[in-house]
Amino acid sequence: MARLAHWLRLAVLLGVTAMFAFPSQEAAAGVNLPKLERGKGDACVEDTETMRRHHMNMLKHQRDKTMRQGIRTTKHSLKGCVECHAGSHTGSVASAREDFCMACHVYAGVKLDCWNCHATRPADKAPTRVGATPRGETSPILASTLNGASQ
Amino acid sequence: MSEPVKQDVHTDPQRREFLKTGALVTGAAVAPGALLYGVAHSRPPEQPASADVRWGMLIDTSKCGDGCSDCVTACNEENGLSGKTGPQDVQYIRKLDIKDLRTGRVHSLPMLCQHCEHPPCVDVCPTGASMRRADGIVRVDQHICIGCRYCMMACPYKARSFQHEPVTNQKPDVPRGMGCVESCTLCAHRVDRDQEPACVEACNANGHRAMLFGDLKDPDSDLARALKAQPSIEVRADLGLNTGVRYQGI
Amino acid sequence: MAIESCFDQQRCKPGLFWALLGLGGLVVLGMLYAFFTLEHHGHVLTGMDNQIVWGLPHVFAVFLIVAASGVLNVASIGSVFGKKVYKARAPLSGMLALAMLAGGLAVLVLDLGRPDRLIVAMTYYNFKSIFAWNMIFYNGFFAIVGLYLLTLMDRKLQGYSRAVGLVAFLWRLALTTATGSIFGFLVARAGYNSAMMAPMFIIMSFAYGLAVFLVVQSAMYKWNGLKLDEAILARMKNLLGVFIAASLYFTVVFHLTNLYFAKAWEFERFILLEGGSYTVLFWGGQIVIGGLLPLALLYSPGARQSVGTVMAAALLVIIGGLAQMYVTIVGGQAFPLDLFPGHAESSSFYDGVVHGYSPTVYEFLLGFGGIGIAFVLTVAAVRAFRFLPQDDFKALEAEKA
Repeated sequence: MARLAHWLRLAVLLGVTAMFAFPSQEAAAGVNLPKLERGKGDACVEDTETMRRHHMNMLKHQRDKTMRQGIRTTKHSLKGCVECHAGSHTGSVASAREDFCMACHVYAGVKLDCWNCHATRPADKAPTRVGATPRGETSPILASTLNGASQ
Repeated sequence: MSEPVKQDVHTDPQRREFLKTGALVTGAAVAPGALLYGVAHSRPPEQPASADVRWGMLIDTSKCGDGCSDCVTACNEENGLSGKTGPQDVQYIRKLDIKDLRTGRVHSLPMLCQHCEHPPCVDVCPTGASMRRADGIVRVDQHICIGCRYCMMACPYKARSFQHEPVTNQKPDVPRGMGCVESCTLCAHRVDRDQEPACVEACNANGHRAMLFGDLKDPDSDLARALKAQPSIEVRADLGLNTGVRYQGI
Repeated sequence: MAIESCFDQQRCKPGLFWALLGLGGLVVLGMLYAFFTLEHHGHVLTGMDNQIVWGLPHVFAVFLIVAASGVLNVASIGSVFGKKVYKARAPLSGMLALAMLAGGLAVLVLDLGRPDRLIVAMTYYNFKSIFAWNMIFYNGFFAIVGLYLLTLMDRKLQGYSRAVGLVAFLWRLALTTATGSIFGFLVARAGYNSAMMAPMFIIMSFAYGLAVFLVVQSAMYKWNGLKLDEAILARMKNLLGVFIAASLYFTVVFHLTNLYFAKAWEFERFILLEGGSYTVLFWGGQIVIGGLLPLALLYSPGARQSVGTVMAAALLVIIGGLAQMYVTIVGGQAFPLDLFPGHAESSSFYDGVVHGYSPTVYEFLLGFGGIGIAFVLTVAAVRAFRFLPQDDFKALEAEKA
């Protein structure tokens, strides 16, 4: 019985340690929460809490419908996200770590696979940016991989 | 793999109203002929591609300009391709020059994905990334492509390219990236909003009109009528793939 | 059991063991370096392109996979067909099969454009694809041969070894059929599209597998200062001879059917006569080094007593096998697709021209890495477990009489 209690204590200890280990380096180090730039328009397509929790599921669902069936509704499309949330400085959602997607994903230490392929800027506006970072200067892949460690 | 999608076409009265008025206004204002194409195939964005349609193309090699490569340029521009032609570079469409070895007769023609009914690339793909849409468009789902390149081995038309390098400057409508196989999508993003593929548009714009795009299953489409009226061939017809792209003049 | 001076591998030549492990580890390290470099920069660094889409890594990978299924034959002959000489070698044969399959698959996976999506490959299956079936066969092979090894090495399970051995034998036939069909089902390409591919791969797997087995077995005996029984050597050498001859026969029939049925004359002229390096590799590598030369060695007078001669023949078969894979895989792609028969073709996408291929260091690192993995696994397994064939000579005498 004592042996069991010993193991239980160890398990609890490990569990608690794991809870502390879970957040990314930044979160664990007590870095301030990311500040997100407000997107265009009055409100997002869903309320903030839903978006925070479920944006990846919506995107994946929409991705398969668009890709495989040619359904091109804009409400949950990645293109729609980019159009509203491209940052005012870079014109992109993921070329600098302040940009909308990166700010949270760097903070949470979750690697993104979207921007290897998808454009991080809305169409047409790309060539006429004033004072913006040229595209490709900061690789979005690199930014997400580094988790901001180098900055 | 993908669940059936509910179609709520009639649940949006506003949209319906808009469509009605829109159709009335434009119908009155624009010459009826110019509108024919759009009305015949308009599909609302929430509706999936239908098997009642099969997109296809007829290419008349006698009208295709020798040395003209406007279709290639337009394709590169539309899809954000570099336009480079090294052995590792991506090409969706190319100008193919052929010469009959017996008669010496030469043809110049655009070669692209033939959008087969029975595509070998789809058959061989281990993950199902290589796919055929209900409306006949054959393309790669780069979300689940693992880059094994077996489809490139299987394609009889050499229509596919592997992306050997990291990609930047993608078009919002045409996501594409390193490590996946890609090919002509028949400009699915344009077709879905009732536009012709970029290559066809360019060929029409320069007056050659060698490429005719349309619905093979609609007997009243220009494409179906042209195919009925004149002889045409499939490339590698011996394989029995029933290609969506057909040629005439060879 | 330790009758011989150095029967228990765990107690002899530890220095050699670590040296071999280190050598294999270095090769595997090279493979990982190539993998990470390619994953970052893309396949642009390799010699593979949109014409030659499968290159040197696939040559090594397919060779390892085919030889892996072939090496299991030694066990099958023992368990399924009840030959005592081979039964003593069954554990070694099963272990080698697993090690080589692991090496071959590692090369295939690390060469993928998106190796990070391996989980996708394991969860999305297109059952129309022979490639997907191959993945099922590979995974099943690990499970079945693993189980088979258990029944061979655990006294309590020995009763099942015959039944599991039979399943393993049938499974490996299916696996090699599927591997050959990866090429045989490519309808559009003159060099592949052939029903001969699957049986030819099976018969070649017999030869490559047995050759690998003989090399490993000879090395192990040497390592332990033992001498292989002459009668056993003679038996295995004759079997290898039969397999080589059969492979040659299938090669001849394969090319004849291409000439006669499939009307792939142009392709045959390319491979057999005008293909430059491919022609040289076909005649010099596949036919002479991998076929005629080892046959001559095996049936030369004195080969019966000479482990060295048999080992040399086995090594030649392995080299010839790699040449065969190169000719089949790269040569088959180098020959251009014919979109319009009877026409000369040219375009910006290299239509109508023979495609060149010059592999870079990364492809070599990946390919040799596969061999390195198989090598490391074998060395470690041989040291940790008792894989050295343990012949019961009395039973052998009885079988002979």
